[in-house]
Order: sequence, then structure tokens, then C-alpha cells
Amino acid sequence: MSTAAAPLTYRDAIREAIREAMRKDDRVFLMGEDVGRYGGCFAVSKGLLEEFGPERIRDTPMSESAFVGAGIGAALGGMRPIVEIMTVNFSLLALDQIMNNAATFLHMSGGQFNVPLVVRMATGGGRQVAAQHSHSLEGWFAHIPGIRIVAPATLEDARGMLATALEDPDPVLIFEHAGLYNMKGQLPADGGPVDIDHARIRRAGRDVTIVTYGAMVWRSLEAAESLSKKSIEAEIIDLRTLRPLDEVTFLESVRRTHRALVVDEAWRSGGISAEISSRIQEKAFYDLDGPVQRLCGAEVPTPYPKHLEGAAFPQAATIAAAVEALVPAHV
Amino acid sequence: MPSLGADMQEGTLIEWSVKPGDRVKRGDIIGVVRTEKADIEIEVYHDGVVDQLLAKAGETLPVGAVLAVIREEGEEAAAASAPAIQPPAPAAVPTPSAARLHVSPLARRIAQELGVDLANVQGTGPHGEIIKEDVERAAVALKKPPAEKRAAPEFRAGMRRAIAAAMARSNREIPHYYLETKIDLQKALKFLEAENQKRSINDRLLSVVLLIKAVALALHDVPELNAYWVDDQLQLKDAVHIGFAISLRQGGLVVPAILDADRKNLDQLMQAMRDLITRARSGRLRSSEITDATVTITNLGDLGVETVHGVIYPPQVALVGFGRIIEIPWAENGMLGIRPVVTATLAGDHRATDGHRGAQFLTALNQHLQEPEKL
Repeated sequence: MSTAAAPLTYRDAIREAIREAMRKDDRVFLMGEDVGRYGGCFAVSKGLLEEFGPERIRDTPMSESAFVGAGIGAALGGMRPIVEIMTVNFSLLALDQIMNNAATFLHMSGGQFNVPLVVRMATGGGRQVAAQHSHSLEGWFAHIPGIRIVAPATLEDARGMLATALEDPDPVLIFEHAGLYNMKGQLPADGGPVDIDHARIRRAGRDVTIVTYGAMVWRSLEAAESLSKKSIEAEIIDLRTLRPLDEVTFLESVRRTHRALVVDEAWRSGGISAEISSRIQEKAFYDLDGPVQRLCGAEVPTPYPKHLEGAAFPQAATIAAAVEALVPAHV
Repeated sequence: MPSLGADMQEGTLIEWSVKPGDRVKRGDIIGVVRTEKADIEIEVYHDGVVDQLLAKAGETLPVGAVLAVIREEGEEAAAASAPAIQPPAPAAVPTPSAARLHVSPLARRIAQELGVDLANVQGTGPHGEIIKEDVERAAVALKKPPAEKRAAPEFRAGMRRAIAAAMARSNREIPHYYLETKIDLQKALKFLEAENQKRSINDRLLSVVLLIKAVALALHDVPELNAYWVDDQLQLKDAVHIGFAISLRQGGLVVPAILDADRKNLDQLMQAMRDLITRARSGRLRSSEITDATVTITNLGDLGVETVHGVIYPPQVALVGFGRIIEIPWAENGMLGIRPVVTATLAGDHRATDGHRGAQFLTALNQHLQEPEKL
């Protein structure tokens, strides 16, 4: 067990959560590509093979559909599998299993079969790994009824959400942001589950609500600091859970600030940002003092060159500029 | 920026009512300018096509600044320079009066709750739209009349300053002489009564209309009083535009002109006067009405004043004052009767005319009022 004082990374926090869960519950096991001997492609599971052995830390063939399907079977059979998919781009091979099986069994069995499956995968860009490893497709999964989608932005959530997901009798997909694995921070010694039903206000502000999640929480916080110097106070909502959306929290915030910007590094068209924007205008229309705006990733395959990749995603400066265009100068 | 008064130095463009590409003809209203005295509609003096709007709503500019470029029909548009001078596309600039008002949903809701008329609210949102704060500000002004006075002290103070400047200049530069006469209005009022019986209540004439018309005709008899004194010279004016002092409820006064008063019949005059009063009090006068008066009438009869000794509004050279119409014992041909009488005064600029000509004017005025059917 770690101590409170030791600085950890987001990666450590997830490993910590897997270790705690496996120690507590022998139904829990981890499987995926290179999770065992290689220690995971993002080194999340480093050392776990040594501690728990190959029965519980299982390297799988390169077939996302097969090992996610195996996870569903294990869950149906009473186990508590944690399935790791390298990146969200590769998860598309398992989309059939996730949507047609994991998300529908409870419904199609008339409530007889829950699927207590946890799938973890890396999402997001910013690491110069180009167009097959950098996208943010969690919004696609958030379209599917029957599964829960979470996206931890902090160390505490990275650890705690896994514990909560394992307690859930139904499928939970955890989208870990690949750009956050090296983020350092402190964690309280006592872990355990966290609430995943509610969004969190990461920064209070009176002038505009920024609704976001994942790595964009930190970009938005950075933007908020620069905006604060211009007397614009932005409130930052970390959604944490993309399905079901905690609309109460962001609607309440918008009713206070009267303006909203959705920041999402995923593509704009048909994205989760459109869903959020739409709910705000449906349910808080008469509280809006300006149109709901979105700042999203450029609609291109993520470029490899550093400068082009940077330009493809919202940055602190572009977030601040979007807010300034939305908030009247004299506020 | 047109000069809308001898003492005006700058004005604020409130809004455009045209956009580039619009055809305009002489006399069209193309926008509204706020001076220290009032919001005034700006007329265009040439036919043509709006090429560029150089001034933006809210901008305060000195008199003489170019507000817009109007080219003649068929003339080449200044296409190359237009975007350079004003980078945002003109289409993006909302023209609140011409288009639908841009109001945020919240502002619209609050306006409804607070009973604020959005047409009178100035938007300050990122694109000029009306936002919550604008409505709240308007509501505060609406609710408490004392608060309104505090809210717009500059405008009031500005008007007071403008009047002060003009009147001080007048008193400093113009050697005034005053003449006064009592005019028997019996015939005029009988004529008026008969005329009004032919009209519906809404179209009835007020006695002041007879006075205005009589002044206009008397100025034909003594044209030196319908003139400007500019650069030590008298400039006679052909058209008779009668400035008619209108006091504003919130204090101060404006003197818009009834244009071509000598050529209007009594009904037209009545309509023109009603229209002027309404627009003056709602702050919607046209530029030519503010600048073009060639003589001024001050009528304080409503307030019970018997005699008006006015101060001439430069560069005009005369001011005609009327007091209250009162019944007094009137001796004529050795007989005593009771007649409705008004005291008419003339304030004349002694540089332009002498008392002799002034007296001839009052005599002519009297004569015209004794032949009301010719008015």
C-alpha cells in the first residue's frame, strides 16, 4: 500500500486500484494485450504479473473482439473481469461485443443476466502517436444505452472509479486519458470507491461555465487562470461520467453563469459536445444570456507533426479566446 | 457628423437605419445621432447609394467627421478601400431598427418579467445583442424616476450646458431690442371656432396655429427678420422655417423647426406641430428640423404668462413671443367691449434691423390676424 505522502502518477493510481481490488476479491482478474510480461503498453500493470501470477494477469492474443467477448463470458459466469484495450481506436474491433452483447444482455434476458464487466482503455491525443492511437471516441460509446462511461481526470478518480466500476453489476467502460498517465499528484492512503454519479465543479466562477472532462479539465483550468487576470471567472465542470450525463450539475451552473462553453478534444460533428450543448439549450434556454458554444478537436485524422497535432486540439489559449468571445468585455 | 446646433461640437451615432448598398434619396432618414440636446434623425441631402458606413453605433465623433460615404448611382464603389477601413463585414453589424432585435433568451425573459420594452434597450453583448445586464439597467431607469435622473445626469447636464452656451453667446453678442403690442383676437377665435365645427375632435386646430401662420406671413412683409446674422452680414432666407420652442418634461427645451410654415395650410401646420411635439418629447427629431429654423416663436400662454421677452437663438435675428390669450376691457371707436387679446412681443437683433422695421412686423402680424380667413 502506498502512503499519503508519496507522490504518485495517474498510472500508479490505476495500478494501485487494480492491486487493491485483486487483493480484496479473488473474482477480479486483468486481461488484455501485453498486460502481463510487458507490464501493459502504458505500464499500468507493471509488476502485477509477479504479484498475482499468470492466471489473474492474462496476456491475450491480438483480437479485441475475442478477449472482450471472453470478458463478457467471464462476467456472466460470476467473475469480475477487468479487460484492458490498448487504445480507443482498437476498441472498434470490440464494438460489436460491447454493444450487441455487454450492453444488451440484461435487457434481452428479461433482467436475468447482469454483465459486471469493466473495460479500461486509453483515449486522447497529444503524444505524437498519430491517427491510429490518438482519437477520443468515448462519445460514440456514450451513445449506447446499457453501459456506463466514465473518464477520470484526476488521480483520485483514476483510482476510485475502478473500484466503483467493479462494484457495478453492469458494464462500465473507463476511458483513461493517455496524456495524463505521467501526471503526478498525491492520493489519500485510504482508497476505495468514489461517487461516479455526479460531475464535479473543479473551479467555481460566476461568468461562464466550461463543461469538459478528461485532460481538457486541466487545459480549461489553465485557461481559467489567465481569464481570471482579465476579471473573467470561469466555472469548470468535470463531467467525470459521460453516460449517464449528470446534467443537473451543469444545468445548475449555467443557471448561475448564464453562459456555457463545452470543451471536448473529440470531433465536433455529432459528438458528446453536441449532446451537452443541446441539453443546455433544451433545459436552460431562458437562463442563457448568449448562445452555447463548443470548442472541439479539429475534424481531421490526428496529425503526427507536433505543431499540427497541437493545432488540432483545444489548448489553454484557444479555450481562453473562446471564452472571451462569449463573455462581454465589461462583465 | 452634421452640426445640429450652433454650439454642437460632437455627436454620438446611435444607430444606422441603412446598410451599404441601400438606395437613398434626398430627405431619407439614414440614422440617429445623439447630441447634448436630443436624439436626432439624420437626413440625407443627395440621392445615391450607401457605399460605406464609416462610423459605428456608439461612436462619438466631432462635427464634420465623415459618418458614411454615399456614391451616386452608377459610380464605382470604393471596393478596394472599403474592407481596409472597416474590416468586419457590414452585414455582421446588427441594425437594431431595421432587423429583428437580437436579445438573449435570459434578457428576453427578464424584460418580460420587469416590463421593459426591448425596443428602448441598447445592447452591449459581444455582437451588440441585448443581454441580461442591459435589461436590468433599463429596468432600474424605468422603475424609479429619481434614479433615472441620476442614471442620465450627463445628458441633462449636457442639454443645460448647450442652452447655456447658446444663450450666453446671444446675450453677449446680440444687442436685443424689444417691442410689444396687444392684438385683438376676436375675429381670429371666431373663425377658429367655425373652422373647428367642421372638423372631428382629433383634427381640431389650436389657436397657436393661427399665430404661427400669421408670423410666417408677416415675415414676408418684413423679410429682414427671417434671416441669419453671420460674419457681420445679414443673410436673408427665402424659406420660412419657424423654430417652435418645446419644453421637455424632464427639463430643458428644444427648438425644432416647422419647415416652410408660410406654405402650409392650417391643417398641415397643426399636424406638423403635433408631430414635432411628439417626436421632440420622445427624442426623435430630424437633423434639418434642428438646424434650419430661420426665426423662433416662444409661446408661454399655456403657463399663464402674459408677456414673453425672449432671447434670440443665434444666428437668427428675431424671436416672436406670445403670452396668454386673456379677455380684457377693450376700447374701440369710443365704445368699450370685452375682447380676447394676446400680447405679442418681438425680440430683434439691432445689428440686423431697427425698431422701425420691428414695429412694421408687429403691425403686419396684427393685420394678418384680423383676416383669419386668409391664413
